[in-house]
Parts: sequence; C-alpha cells; structure tokens
Amino acid sequence: MAILTFREALNQAIAEEMTRDADVFLMGEEVGLYNGAYKVSKGLLDQFGPKRIWDAPISEAGFAGLGVGAAMAGLRPIIEFMTWNFGIQAFDQIVNHAAKMLYMSGGQFNMPIVFRGPNGAAHMLGAQHSQAYEAMITNIPGLKVVTCSTPYDGKGLLKSAIRDNNPVLFLESEMMYGLKGEVPDEEYLIPLGKGDIKREGSDVTFIAWNKALHKATEAAEELAKEGISVEVLDPRTLQPLDEDLIFESARKTHRVVIIEESWSFGSVGSQISDRIHSECFDDLDAPVVRVTNEFVPMPYNEAQEDRVLPQVDRIIAAAKKVLYIKD
Amino acid sequence: MTTKKKSAVDRDVLIGMYKQMSLFRRFEERVGLAYTKQKFSGFCHLHIGQEGLAVGVQTALRDSDYMISGYRSHTQAIGKGITPDAVMAELFGKVDGCCRGKGGSMHMFSKEHRFLGGHGIVGGQAPLAVGVGFAIRYRNEDDIIVCYMGDAASNQGQVFEVMNMAATWDLPVLFIIENNRYGMGTDITRTTSVDHLWKRALAFDMAHSDVDGMNVLTVHDHVSEIVETMRKNKKPHLLEALTYRYRGHSVSDPGTYRTKEEVEDYQKNRDPILGLARFLIENKFASEEELKAWDTEAKELSKSAEAFADESPQPAVEELWDHVLVP
Repeated sequence: MAILTFREALNQAIAEEMTRDADVFLMGEEVGLYNGAYKVSKGLLDQFGPKRIWDAPISEAGFAGLGVGAAMAGLRPIIEFMTWNFGIQAFDQIVNHAAKMLYMSGGQFNMPIVFRGPNGAAHMLGAQHSQAYEAMITNIPGLKVVTCSTPYDGKGLLKSAIRDNNPVLFLESEMMYGLKGEVPDEEYLIPLGKGDIKREGSDVTFIAWNKALHKATEAAEELAKEGISVEVLDPRTLQPLDEDLIFESARKTHRVVIIEESWSFGSVGSQISDRIHSECFDDLDAPVVRVTNEFVPMPYNEAQEDRVLPQVDRIIAAAKKVLYIKD
Repeated sequence: MTTKKKSAVDRDVLIGMYKQMSLFRRFEERVGLAYTKQKFSGFCHLHIGQEGLAVGVQTALRDSDYMISGYRSHTQAIGKGITPDAVMAELFGKVDGCCRGKGGSMHMFSKEHRFLGGHGIVGGQAPLAVGVGFAIRYRNEDDIIVCYMGDAASNQGQVFEVMNMAATWDLPVLFIIENNRYGMGTDITRTTSVDHLWKRALAFDMAHSDVDGMNVLTVHDHVSEIVETMRKNKKPHLLEALTYRYRGHSVSDPGTYRTKEEVEDYQKNRDPILGLARFLIENKFASEEELKAWDTEAKELSKSAEAFADESPQPAVEELWDHVLVP
C-alpha cells in the first residue's frame, strides 16, 4: 500500500478514469499547463493532451454550462472549480440545468458530470474564500453531494463519482491536499451513498465530514484519555445520506454530536439531527448537540477565524453535554 | 416577397415550407385557445409571427444537427421532429407528452430528434449549446448545433462567457438571436447599447450576419450557406434574425408597450406566410385553392393534436418520483 497525499490520490482517480473511458475530460481554470491551482491535475496535460485537459477562461458559469451541454451529448465532464466560492458563479448551471435536466426531460437526458473543488474555510482566506456550501447544495433534488476526509476515500469516491450517471458535486479542502494516507496499489471504488465508521466507540457518536472529521477525531482521542469511548462516523456522501449507518450508530451509543465547518441555520447537521430525533428518539439518552461555525462571515484574523470554526475544546464540551458530565 | 438572388430550393421544398409555417401558425393559435379554455396552465409563450425563421432554419439543417432553445419553442420542437401530438400532450401535462408531462410549455425535449430543450432561464441554454459544440468537436463530427435565444437573452452574462469560448476554441455553434424587438415588455433599445445585436460577435471576433427573419426563403438560403461553412471550419456564427411576435410575451401579456398599428403593420405587410403565399402564386407554384387546402390541413392537424392531448391519460401521480436520479 502506497502513502499518497490527498492531491495525488485525487489525481490518480482522474487519471485512471480518463484512461478507462475516452469520454471523460477535465476542464477548469489552470488545470492544464499550470498543473492545477492546487496541483490535483499535475501531469494530466502531459499524459492526456490538450484535447482532454482544458484550461478554461475565468467564466465559471460558462464552462460549467459547457460541461452540462457536453454531458447531454454523451460526454463525461469533470469540471474543476478552483474553489467552490467561484463555483457559485455557476449555480444557475448546476441548480437550474444539471440538477433538473433528467427530470424535466421526462428521463431522456441524464447528466454524467462531476463538479469538484475545495469547499469551506481554509486558513485566513477571508470572507469571500471561506464559505461552505453543503447546506445549499444538498437542498436541491437531482444532485448528489460527496465529500471526503482521507486520500483513500477521496480516490475511491471520486472514481465512483466520475462513473455515476448523475451530476455529482464533489467537495474537497485546500487544507487537506497535502494530507497523507494509505492508498491501495490495486484499483478500488467506494460506492456513493455509503458512510464509514472511522473509529469505533460506545459512549457517544461524532458525525463529521471533510476537514471537520479530523477535529472530531482529535477530540475523540482526547476524550479517550478520560475513558470516554467515541465512535466517529463520516457520512462521506451528504446527498443522499447514509441514514441507515447514522441510525445504527445513534442506537448503539445513544448520544450524538454533529460537527460541521458550516453554519448552523438549515444545515446538513440540522438535517441529520432532525432525522435522528425523528427515527431514534426512544434510543437517545440526550438530545443531539451540534457544533458549527459561529453565524458570522469568516473573519480574516487568525484568532477570530479559529474562534468561528469548531475546535477540539468546543467538541469536547459538546460531548460532555450529551454525556451529562460536568467539569 | 423578394430575394436578392434566386433561391436553389425547388417547388416541393417551397410547398413544404408553406405547409410547415401554416402548421406552426395554426398550432400556436390552437394552443392559445386551449389555454384560454383552461385546458392547461402555467406559462405559455406563443411563436406566432416568427414562423419564417423557424422554418427557414429547420429546412437548412439535417436530422443529425442539434437544436436548443429558450422558452418560446413549441414550434421549433415540432420542426426538429417531435410530433404536434406529443407537444400538445406535453402542454396539457399528459403522459403522451414528449416529456411525460414533466416539462410543460417551456421544456420540450427529444433525445431521439436531438432537440435539447426548451429552457426557462433566459440565456441559460447558451452554455449548454457550447457544450454540445464541444462534444461535436471532441468526437470530430461535422454536425452543428443551433442555439436560439431572444434579443433580451443576449444581455445575459453567461451568453458572453460562452460566445468567447466558442470563438476561442472553434466550436460549431450557430447562435441565432431572434430579435423580436421586445424583451418581455421592454423595447430592446432601452436596455442595449448596440443598435444591431450581431455586433455582439465583434467582441469575440466571431463570424456574424443578420437576416430578415420574416422571409422564410431568405432565412433558408442564408442559414444554408452559414451551415455549409460551419461544417467545414467548425467555427461559431452569430446570426441576428429580425422578426416580430404578434402575440404578447406570454398569454397573460396585454401588450400595452407597443402600438396596435405596429403589430398590424407586420401582420399585413411583412407576414412570413402571406409573403410566401404571394411568391408561390406569382411564380405559379401553387393556386389559391391549394394554399387554402394546405391551410385547412394545418388546422386539422392542430385540431387532431388537441384531441390527442385531450384523450391522452394523466401520468400516474406516483411518476413524480421518477427521473430525479438515474439508478
């Protein structure tokens, strides 16, 4: 098993799928000659040539829509957004076109397209480069939304996303591209719609994804020192959610904390919380607690940004709340 | 009706054009009546007055060419091969509609006939068209795609983005701006800096021209030349077609923003059907009786489309769950 960075794992996923299927192409800003703003597409132009690796102008709505049209004509585009904050320039194409094409055409035009890029806060990028979009994009029927927290998951999920015949919005993180992890040498796929237990535990379940998963794991390790056993669950696909796995874990530990680097109002976390309360009410020993961003635009200042995002201390406090432990 | 040079089209084609324009006119009249009889609801934008353009373009294409349009596209869909029955049934939301009643007036689709919608976001179809042009180039085919949009859509940002891409990358997209002079109720001169919309192409160094959209033969000849060139050079072209809609923007539009005299002037002096009728009579291609018989035929076809739509069953309510995502 090789140790790869996140960017290398994603790069492998794209390269393998492009080798497998000549209809797959990559388009985005700086994906070719520059080798990708975050080097995810490093070497792909050399490997596949300019017919399949396209440097786009700074026109997100335009090239996202180009992808939608190409998918209607049977190609399988991968559209890279340098950041999802730029991707919202293309929201019309994603929401009004990609998500609805199959439905409004009465099942005629499916949409095998992936829109991918980093989502959420990185580090001191300021308000316009730090939005997390999962709450908005999971609220739209006709889209799948996938996120990943490890190189292994990233590769396996991205390969499945590229093979999926539906529009898949794939959320990465600037902060994780350098993260290293084990990736098998042989080919593998991770099915969309299936979550993963990242750490087994018995006292409380943490549900977190993407970058927040690592904060949750760190908090779980701290709590283990106090004899508290935390189960850490990564849903991996946010739309559709793996509710079976979530309910199973909630019924096992009877206590759930949801950690998300997103805002509290109408979020993926609030949806998960609602579903757990509706389906597992009798199994719960405490109401679900959520740890989210503070409800302000992301400040640039480092200490302020840290305060807005969920941190280990807030996660530990939330765990103790559902365990009724007073310090 | 006069043409600068003698058209190459023969009598059969001319008569086909007359029949098709008559069908489009009578079909839309019947649609308007059905709407006022409350046989269906929602939005309904009629194409009456603009038949010369629709038919002139349609007859210049071959079956494998693609077409995409905006929300005023009932007749363009028929021109591309969807039956009047299937279009009317779609308007009525019935199961025999071309989208099984999921699309409605603004969303006619046929994968088989390469009619890619039917789109309700003004200008949003332009990126899709460029994506299809991209796919054509990707596969080294020599089809083209016609992308219809209205005059007002030419002010949408996405349209500029993708005209730039089509011109930069040589994608065979024929942008046709149907300039009927009013974006809903707003005269184009009040919203647009240029006096001729073909000038949009100058910004992208794109081939461009304009044509009298009220003259079917002129349109046919001109578009045939454009398409022939495009098949060879794969480059986009922007065609401004000067046309006029007799009815309101939608069926609920009282038309207070223009004079009755203006509308009547077009109807009496520039009507595409009357124009071709005169041409056919003057050149002894058809008699008054024949013209009348073909018009009656068009009325009968429209009437029978309405009867078909009346009799078509409602789709099962449970079908609402279909086509959100493909399995």
